[in-house]
Amino acid sequence: MSSTLATEHFNGVALAVFTVLFLLVAVMGFLAARWRRPANLQHLHEWGLGGRSFGTFVAWFLLGGDLFTAYTFIAVPGLVFGVGALGFFAVPYTIMVWPVIFLFLPRLWSVSHRHGYVTTADFVRGRHGSRALSLAVAITGILATMPYIALQLVGIQVCLDVMGVGGGPETSWIVREMPLLVAFAVLAAYTYSSGLRAPALIAFVKDTLIYLVIAVSIVYLPAKLGGWENIFSAAGTSLAKTNPNTGKPFGGLILSQKQLWPYATLGFGSALALFVYPHAITAVLSTKNRNVIRRNTILLPLYTILLGLIALLGLMALAAGVKTGGNNSLSVPLLFQQFFPNWFVGLAFGAIGIGALVPAAIMSIAAANLFTRNIYREFISPNATPAAETQVSKLGSLLVKFGALVFVLVLDKSFAIQFQLLGGIWILQTFPALVFGLYTRWFHGRALLVGWLVGMVYGTTTSYFVPAPGKPGTHFGGQVAEIPLLGELGYIALTAFAVNVLVTVVLTPIFRALKVPEGRDETAADDYEAAAGDPGVAQELGELPSAVGTAHH
Amino acid sequence: MTLSQSTRYLLAAPLLAAPLVAILLPATYNKMEPTLFGFPFFYWYQLLWVVLTMASMSGAYFLVVQPTKSQKRGGPP
Repeated sequence: MSSTLATEHFNGVALAVFTVLFLLVAVMGFLAARWRRPANLQHLHEWGLGGRSFGTFVAWFLLGGDLFTAYTFIAVPGLVFGVGALGFFAVPYTIMVWPVIFLFLPRLWSVSHRHGYVTTADFVRGRHGSRALSLAVAITGILATMPYIALQLVGIQVCLDVMGVGGGPETSWIVREMPLLVAFAVLAAYTYSSGLRAPALIAFVKDTLIYLVIAVSIVYLPAKLGGWENIFSAAGTSLAKTNPNTGKPFGGLILSQKQLWPYATLGFGSALALFVYPHAITAVLSTKNRNVIRRNTILLPLYTILLGLIALLGLMALAAGVKTGGNNSLSVPLLFQQFFPNWFVGLAFGAIGIGALVPAAIMSIAAANLFTRNIYREFISPNATPAAETQVSKLGSLLVKFGALVFVLVLDKSFAIQFQLLGGIWILQTFPALVFGLYTRWFHGRALLVGWLVGMVYGTTTSYFVPAPGKPGTHFGGQVAEIPLLGELGYIALTAFAVNVLVTVVLTPIFRALKVPEGRDETAADDYEAAAGDPGVAQELGELPSAVGTAHH
Repeated sequence: MTLSQSTRYLLAAPLLAAPLVAILLPATYNKMEPTLFGFPFFYWYQLLWVVLTMASMSGAYFLVVQPTKSQKRGGPP
């Protein structure tokens, strides 16, 4: 239904440019295996963490790659296009995230390098001595990553749609999804062969393309649309119109009274969630020194400025009168199509497409690492060799992507941001076990586990019963619901998180009083402050096998 | 300048908290006026906070991270 408008024109020039860029990065992806000459790529630290050797410069690109995804280019402007000011919550989100990571990630870096942890679940296992809690964290990480990868696939799909290669609504399912499946296969193949080096290397190309497209968009488009003042006023008029589905205005240039709480909670919840995602942790652990992360938080807000400007593309699309036929994710691609020459459309879509592939690769690697370390080796094959582990991770990364494909095919795609917000609900439930654990052992491992379970069940069921706007009876249609006792609307992730923490805090003294057994903590206080060069801090591949060996005992 | 570690952490705390607190109160900036370069207040104020965040993160970085520490330990700078 949504693609009828988009697929009227087959844009051959744009498709040619897009394809060339796509092939270029695919070749780079395969060649990346040779970058920084790994001694042995058949080792999980090499395949999954790029040998833990990345400095400030590479890390900036890699961490930025976690932020600059189809989320930025498609989902956020799509939301701004659909509802106005509320969609701008992505800016508070990406402001608050920097102080948050400044605080806790260096501690995670240190303890992980002391003990050879590759994943969040590794740390949880070591800190709380609980296999069940570690399994819960691993499963949540894999589950939450899937809709986030799905969002990337949607980003690629809308670009293909607008170039007219998605096929009409009458064509069979397999023909319509074919270009997406091809892109997907290329991604899967080079991730499989090169591991984290592929996205790290491609990130340079991706960012260069993205900066070019952004620079052109925010200078050229406002000039075409009569300046910022005109854009805001035209978008404001358009947002004030009545939405036939709900009988209320679409939105506004500023928030309504009812949107203040959703705005703040969506931002804060997303900020807390971002750096407990497995892929964000992967990027952090691949840095060579704990202060690389802190130094990066000074410069990474540059991404936030760009994200804010890209969000405004949604208002430009409104001002330009773009018609998306109900699928807001098409707003930016259609805006580009309307104003740019075909070759630049191809370039811009290439930037979006590659910008979706890089994080999708990082995400699937991270989820695969979780599977291998914390499910496969912990529960299935404890004596797996490093080569066997890497093999399982590679296959796991394929499986995670197929899981993502299921989300693409099942969920409502008109607001792509819902994918990422749904993942946020789940991943935030691992925050207490992970982040609180970095500071204190006060929380009882079993209490954390019960808190996690309650948070997951509460968050998932609450989200399940939220219908898509104007589509009663649908599920997972929005991630904002009433906060019990408060009566305000809020991001479900944060409410579930509060419930989770409450349960954990209440149960901890009870479990202690009942003498419920607690696991052994294998970490020591000074592990959390250790810097590169300190004794016991693994830095080079050669030092790592001993650390890996201690992980299963 | 030689400050004790706890003093430096204490000084860094408000620098880290400021962006969080400011941006968590949308009621304080949810308005159209005054505009700047055609941007309603709501938009330019938040973008301004991105720049302020960079400044406060730099401050926190130089307070928390002692440049001599890693060199003393023989690690990479």
